Amino acid sequence: MEFKPTIVAFLCNWCSYTGADLAGTSRMKYKPNIRVIRVMCSGRVDPTFVYKSFREGADGVLICGCHPGDCHYQEGNYKCLRRFKLMKKYITQMGIEPERLHLEWISASEGKQFAELVDSMTERIKELGPSQVKQVAETLAI
Amino acid sequence: MKEETVQKPKLKLAVYWGAACGGCCVSVLDVHEKLLDVIAAADLVFWPIALDTKYKDVEAMPDKYIDVTLYNGAVRNSENEHIAKLLRKKSKVLVAYGSCAHLGGIPGLANFTTKEAIFKRVYETSESTVNPDKILPQTHFEVDEGILELPEFYNDVRSLNQVVDVDYYLPGCPPQSERLLEVFMLIATGATLPPPGSVVGASEKTQCDECKRVKTENKKVKRFYRPIDIKDDGVTCFLEQGVICMGPATRAGCGVRCIEGNAPCRGCYGPAEAVIDPGAKMLSAIATMIDSNDEKEIEKAVETIDDPAGTFYRFSLPASILRRALV
Ligand code: SF4
Ligand code: SF4
Ligand code: FES
Repeated sequence: MEFKPTIVAFLCNWCSYTGADLAGTSRMKYKPNIRVIRVMCSGRVDPTFVYKSFREGADGVLICGCHPGDCHYQEGNYKCLRRFKLMKKYITQMGIEPERLHLEWISASEGKQFAELVDSMTERIKELGPSQVKQVAETLAI
Repeated sequence: MKEETVQKPKLKLAVYWGAACGGCCVSVLDVHEKLLDVIAAADLVFWPIALDTKYKDVEAMPDKYIDVTLYNGAVRNSENEHIAKLLRKKSKVLVAYGSCAHLGGIPGLANFTTKEAIFKRVYETSESTVNPDKILPQTHFEVDEGILELPEFYNDVRSLNQVVDVDYYLPGCPPQSERLLEVFMLIATGATLPPPGSVVGASEKTQCDECKRVKTENKKVKRFYRPIDIKDDGVTCFLEQGVICMGPATRAGCGVRCIEGNAPCRGCYGPAEAVIDPGAKMLSAIATMIDSNDEKEIEKAVETIDDPAGTFYRFSLPASILRRALV
């Protein structure tokens, strides 16, 4: 059976979600593998959200925020960038391929870039195959 | 002389160690002469470190016979699991005592590796081992006298509540003996207990709330240091000196004892109230402190944190969201 990855995407309300909306209203086609969660700012993405996504079966996690300098709350996206770098190091230690977690800046006018990003990320995750996190956590010690 | 209160039957108390170092049992003894008060109010019916009660004696007890069991240690083999289930059945109140029972603790760090790798290291490659036939422990072995049994070593370490229902958690590595006494006296005097599932013998605040080091609201650092790489000034918040201190994500209750001893907090009291994943909270706090908006500089600062997983989950890996490393 063909592997259909599930990618949980956290999009900031002010830029990236609007960008994704633009992709939709412009009727651009992109892969149906993402499950979008709108957050007010990429700085709102608590590491807990990312780990929970993996734990509950996500094969990839995408975080999108405004371009540097453009965050509606001044520096939420910088905070996000710092957490993202450290999270990558942590998930690598946990045996999760770092490519499964991706951060990208998408502005409100970048509908096309958003559509391309979803396609390219879906491809990358397809190559990696299904994530084992959920299955392993659920069969612990049996 | 105290007057005998005949009407009040003595409490029945049990203490057990699962995958533990023995420190928790010693912390019970560390109540010193107060142990006499404990014994005045309670009979110890089972305590392998100090008494010769056998498992079959516990099996023979009626259900809910024991009033309070303090279970310390993680669950790492079939014996730990069997006794955890047995004591759950025989006890009215089951307390996860200490970091290992609470969150998996130090033994829980084994979830970074596998049973196979551990056996290989311990029984084959360790410098002090000579085992040319590569003999590994078996759960069953036949000899002339019959079959010998050993507990099965699991691939994963679990906290107590991942195996049985737990009524209370008393955190710490080990818990402060004073906290144990307070909790015990509450039970012995018949005071109303907090709702099941509560953390007892600790505070709802964080270590930072109780810490006396000088701190500013907006912590900013360019890089991190290991404690041995820096001369602590003895006054300034560890984090602000670039030394990782688990204070912001750790529940108070120990009396900030490591920091008072000029060592950063390592997080043994577990996550603060309402925190799901202790390491996530810490990772957030640490990353936010990095004093740069430049991607390359941020990467450099992150490189100075040697082992985020082991540092942020030193006592809590099995109870974390991801629970174990994929290996
Ligand atoms: S981080 Fe550590 S040293 Fe700093 S205030 Fe908190 S407990 Fe104290
Ligand atoms: S300061 Fe931290 S590591 Fe030390 S005893 Fe207290 S909670 Fe545990
Ligand atoms: S509002 Fe878009 S990243 Fe902060």
